[in-house]
Amino acid sequence: MREKLVIGLAVAAGLLLAYNLYHIFLVLPDEALQGAIYRIIFFHVPAAITGMTGYFVALLLSVAYLSFGNLRYDSLAASVVEVSVVFSMVNIVTGSIWARIIWGIWWTWDYRLTSALVCVLIFSGYLMLRRAIDEPTQRARLSAALCVFGCIDVVIVWKSIEWFRTQHPGPVLSIRTGGGHIDPAMERLLYLNFVAILMIAVALVLIRTRQEATAREIDSLRRMANAV
Amino acid sequence: MDARNFTFMFYGFLAAWLIVLLYVISLARRGARLKKELEQVKQLAGAGRSGEQARIEDRIR
Repeated sequence: MREKLVIGLAVAAGLLLAYNLYHIFLVLPDEALQGAIYRIIFFHVPAAITGMTGYFVALLLSVAYLSFGNLRYDSLAASVVEVSVVFSMVNIVTGSIWARIIWGIWWTWDYRLTSALVCVLIFSGYLMLRRAIDEPTQRARLSAALCVFGCIDVVIVWKSIEWFRTQHPGPVLSIRTGGGHIDPAMERLLYLNFVAILMIAVALVLIRTRQEATAREIDSLRRMANAV
Repeated sequence: MDARNFTFMFYGFLAAWLIVLLYVISLARRGARLKKELEQVKQLAGAGRSGEQARIEDRIR
């Protein structure tokens, strides 16, 4: 069942991506000042939203673990965080390549960029912490606490372009500005690409969760073998 | 399509997919390692259980 769902999601994401890429390269008009490079936004922004959505889901799962103590919530949170870190890295790297052309620099310690980097570092720390602790309940409790703490930074990342007007462009999506900052056709493709990338992320989380379940099975079999 | 900065746009798309691809490869490798480990531990647990069973049978005799 899980394999079928993963394959279904991958196929749907592939078809939607093909449709999106056709429109991104061949249908959408050019941006007057930036040339072709502006098209990076169609991966930069959806990757950022996918990462932040993942961190929010991981926050809910971590709170659920702290409330109910079920280790399944913990392994699901770990899987979601791992995939979210990957998409946050896509966001930072694509943003840096865009900045090299538009700002003339690869990186600057602007509030949005710095908070996004800190976010990746916090959640990479979360993944390293999990490798360092063998005892499952202690690992789950500390990871959940770190995830809750890390999500404070996610809010800062989200709001930083409203709170501090520095190098990074301000909000453009109409859900935040009420409209008028981006061409509706471009915005529609941003959302469509978000859906495609989200489907890929969900498929990866499903694969990762299966691996977490296998690791738990290995742990319990090892304990059983040691007891015998 | 406007060809200005096309090379850097290509690098951006390449970098995005390369990061995802590297993660997928790492997932596949981890999956294969876990599968192998599970088989080994299952064999170990099976051997342990049959040894314990033999000891119990000896005691009964």
